[in-house]
Amino acid sequence: MKSPIKIAGAALGITAGLFLLMNSPGCRPTTTTTAVTGDAASKVYVKPGTHDEFYNFVSGGFSGQLAIYGLPSGRLLREVPVFSVDPESGYGYSEETKPMLMTTHGFIPWDDSHHPELSQTNAVPDGRWCFINGNNTPRIGLIDLGTFRTHSMIEIPNSAGNHSSPFSTPNTEYVIAGTRFSVPMGDDASRDVSIKSYKENFKGTVSFIKPEPETGKMSIAFQIVTPPVNFDLARTGKGVSDGWFFFSCYNTEQAYSLLEVNASQRDKDFIMCVNWKLAEQLAKEGKGKKVAGKHYSNWWNHNTHTAESTIYEEVLQLDPKDHPGLVYFMPCPKSPHGCDVNPTGEYIVGSGKLAALIPVFSFKKIQEAIAKNDVEGDFAGIPVLKYESVLHGEVKKPGLGPLHTEFDANGNAYTSFFVSSEIVKWNVEKLEVVDRVPTYYSIGHLMVPGGNSAKPWGKYVVAYNKITKDRYLPTGPELTQSAQLYSIEGDKMELLLDFPTTGEPHYAQAAPADLIKPREVKFFKIEENQHPYVAKGEKETRVERKGKEVHIWMTTIRSHFSPDNIEGVKLGDEVYFHVTNLEQDWDVPHGFAMKGAANAELLIMPGETQTLKWIPTKVGVQPFYCTDFCSALHQEMQGYIRVSPANSNVPLNAYTVSVDAEL
Amino acid sequence: MRPISRVMIALAALALLVLLFVPVWRIDLSAPQYPEGLYMQIWADHFSGDVEKINGLNHYIGMAHIKDEMFAEFTYLPKVIMVLSALGLVAAAWGRRILLVGGLVTLSLFGAWALWRMWDWGYKYGHELDPRAAIKVEDMAYQPPLIGHKQLLNFDAWSTPDVGGWVLFGVMGLLAGVYFMEVRELRSKLKAKRTLQQVTNP
Repeated sequence: MKSPIKIAGAALGITAGLFLLMNSPGCRPTTTTTAVTGDAASKVYVKPGTHDEFYNFVSGGFSGQLAIYGLPSGRLLREVPVFSVDPESGYGYSEETKPMLMTTHGFIPWDDSHHPELSQTNAVPDGRWCFINGNNTPRIGLIDLGTFRTHSMIEIPNSAGNHSSPFSTPNTEYVIAGTRFSVPMGDDASRDVSIKSYKENFKGTVSFIKPEPETGKMSIAFQIVTPPVNFDLARTGKGVSDGWFFFSCYNTEQAYSLLEVNASQRDKDFIMCVNWKLAEQLAKEGKGKKVAGKHYSNWWNHNTHTAESTIYEEVLQLDPKDHPGLVYFMPCPKSPHGCDVNPTGEYIVGSGKLAALIPVFSFKKIQEAIAKNDVEGDFAGIPVLKYESVLHGEVKKPGLGPLHTEFDANGNAYTSFFVSSEIVKWNVEKLEVVDRVPTYYSIGHLMVPGGNSAKPWGKYVVAYNKITKDRYLPTGPELTQSAQLYSIEGDKMELLLDFPTTGEPHYAQAAPADLIKPREVKFFKIEENQHPYVAKGEKETRVERKGKEVHIWMTTIRSHFSPDNIEGVKLGDEVYFHVTNLEQDWDVPHGFAMKGAANAELLIMPGETQTLKWIPTKVGVQPFYCTDFCSALHQEMQGYIRVSPANSNVPLNAYTVSVDAEL
Repeated sequence: MRPISRVMIALAALALLVLLFVPVWRIDLSAPQYPEGLYMQIWADHFSGDVEKINGLNHYIGMAHIKDEMFAEFTYLPKVIMVLSALGLVAAAWGRRILLVGGLVTLSLFGAWALWRMWDWGYKYGHELDPRAAIKVEDMAYQPPLIGHKQLLNFDAWSTPDVGGWVLFGVMGLLAGVYFMEVRELRSKLKAKRTLQQVTNP
C-alpha cells in the first residue's frame, strides 16, 4: 500500500501536467489578434498629404447611401446620399433634388442599397459612373464620378426586391435588374390574387436598363418575363461569352411561405443564361409586348441644376416561351447566391450557399449543349441544360457557405465563405484550393479591384463582413460594421487592416485613383448656370411675390448674403430662397440655414443654385446664416427676415445696407 | 557698322514685338491653404491669371480691386513697344553707330520707367488701403515685391520676369553685345589707322 501522500502528490503532478499541456499554444484556440504579422502597417500607411491608390465604392446597406473609401488606408472620404435624404447637403430636401426620390409610391426617402457597379468600357471599369441598386422599392441610382452626386434614378416596374442588380454589360449598353420576389403583375384584377396561386399567377422579371451615354438618363429597354422564382445575383458574359448574361436563382421549389425550409428542398436550383444580344434584336424588331408597368425615371439636369421626372406607363416585355434560344436554365447546387464570371468570360462560378462544393460551368460547353439540345427537361417551358454537360468541374470541400467570387489576373478565384468565415483562393482552371485565410467575422461579399472585370488590377482582396463582435470599441447594442483588407500579392493572402464602414457593407467596387481624379468637377461655371431662379451677380438679386409664394433671388460670396434683410413676408406665405453661390474657386461652398426650417439646410457649391422652401410659423424677425466655414468673416455671414401677421401691409422689400449708407 | 551688327539690331528690334503677345511679368502667391498657388501675369495691355481670386482675398485687408482700367499704361504701352521696334529697324537700316547708342539708352530708360511704374503702382496698391477693411494690421503694408520674394501676412509672394521680361532683357543684352563688338571694332580700326600713320609718317 502506497502512502496517501504519494498518491496525492502523483494526482497533483498529473493535474498540473494536464493543465500545462492544455494551455500550451497548440491546444488553445488562437486569438484573432495573432493573425497580423510583419510589416502590415507600412503596407497600408498613406503619408499625410498623399493620396490612396484606389477609390473604393462600398454599398451603405440599410443607410441607402454609397460610401467612398481610399485603399489601402481604409479612410472614409465621402458618403453619397442616393436613396436617402441628406440634411447636410439638402439632397432630397431642396426643391431641385426632391424629384430624384419620386416613385409610383410617392416620395420614398430611404432604401436598402446593396451592389455598387462601375460603368465599363470593354469589360473594364472606366471611372465614369457608379450604379447602385435600391433593394426595397426597386430602383437603380446612377452616381456621376465627376461630381460624386446622384445624377439619375429609375424605378423598376413589375419587380419586388431589386436584389439581382445593377450589373453592367461590357460597354454599359445596359445595367440589369432581376427581381428577388416574383409577384403577380398586370391590371388590378390580375394583381389581386391569392398568395397560394404563386405558381399560376406570379411572375419573375429581369429588366435591361439603358443609360444614355451622354446624359446618364435611364430608361427600361425591355423586360424578360420568367417563371416565378427568386433571382439573387447576376453577371455579364464578356470576352468569349460576350452577349450573354447569367442570373442565379433560388426557390425553384416555388415556395411562398417559410422559404427557410420550403425553398431549401431541391438539391439544385438554377443559373439562368440569357442571350441579351438576341433579346436586344427581338426588342428592336418589335417582337416584344407592351404591358402595364408605370414607373419613374428621374434625372438631374446639368444645366438647370434641377432634377426632373419622366413617368412611363408601360414597359416592353419579352416572353422566352415565344422566343426559343433566348433563355436557358443550368442546374446549380444548392440555392446559388453569387454567380460570377472569370476575366476571360469562359467560366461561370455558381456559389450554392447551402452546397459543400463550388460548381464551375464552361461557356464553351454551354454553347455545345445548346447546339446539341443536350437538355434534361424543361422548367415551366424553359429548357434546362444537363448539369454534367455544361460543367467544367467542381471545387471539392472548399469550405462552408460559399457566397461570392472575384478574380485576379493570374487565373485565381477568391470565394467568400459565410459559415466558415474565410476567404478561399483557388485555381480556376485546375479547380484546386491554393490558400485560405480567416475573416473576422462571417464575410458576405468580397472585392478585388477590377475583380469582376476582364482585367483585374488585383493587389488586394477586401472582405465585407456581417459581424464585428469584439473587433472594435463597443458602442452599445449596435456595433460598427467592418471591412478587412488583405494583400494578395504573395502566394499567401495576408491580413493588413480592419476598417469600420457605414451601414452594412454589401458589395463594393474599386478603381485606380488615376482613372477618376482627372474627371473631378471643381465648381460649376456661373455663366453656364441656367437655373430658372439664378442670380448671376448681386445686381440680379431681388424678391417677388406670386400670390402666397415669395421668391427670393439670393447670392452668396465671401462673406455675405445679398440681400441680407428681407421684409414684407406674412404668415401663411411660402418662402423660396433661391441661393446662388457666386464663388468660382474649388472648395468654397456656402451653407444656408434658416431658423425653424422644417426640412434641412443647403450646402451650395460654387456656381450652383439651390432652393430651400420655408414656411414661417411665427411673427417676428428671424435669422439665417452660412453653415460652411467660408472665410475669416464666416461668422459675420448672416441675415434677417421679418415675418408680419397675415393681414399686415408691410411692403415686400429686400436690401443690403452698405457701410457708406450708415456712415 | 558691320553688316552682322545691323542684322542683330534688326533681330533685336523684331524681338521687341514679342512683348505684344506674351506676359511680361508674373507674381506668384502661396499659402498653406493654397497649396496649388495663385498667380497673376502682367501683359503689355492686360492682367491674366487668378486675378479674381486674388481680389476676393484682398478685400479683407482693404486692397483695391485689381482691374485693367487701373493702368493707364495698358492703353499706350503696345504703341510704345511698336515705336521702339520701328526705331530699331530704322537704326539697323541706317547703320550709324550713334543710333545704336541712342537705342540702347532709350531701351534702358524704357525698362527703368516700366520698373518704376510697377513699383509705384505696387506702393499705392499696398499702402492705400480702404479704411473700412475688415482686417487691419498695425503698420502693415502689402506692397508686392518688385522682384524676388516677400512675405505678406500668410502669403509668400514672388515677383519674377515672365517670357516678355526675359525677351526684353535678352534684347538689351544683345544690343549691349553689339555695342561692345562695335566699340572693339572701332578701337582696332583706330589702332590700325595709327599704325599705318606711323608707318607712312615715321
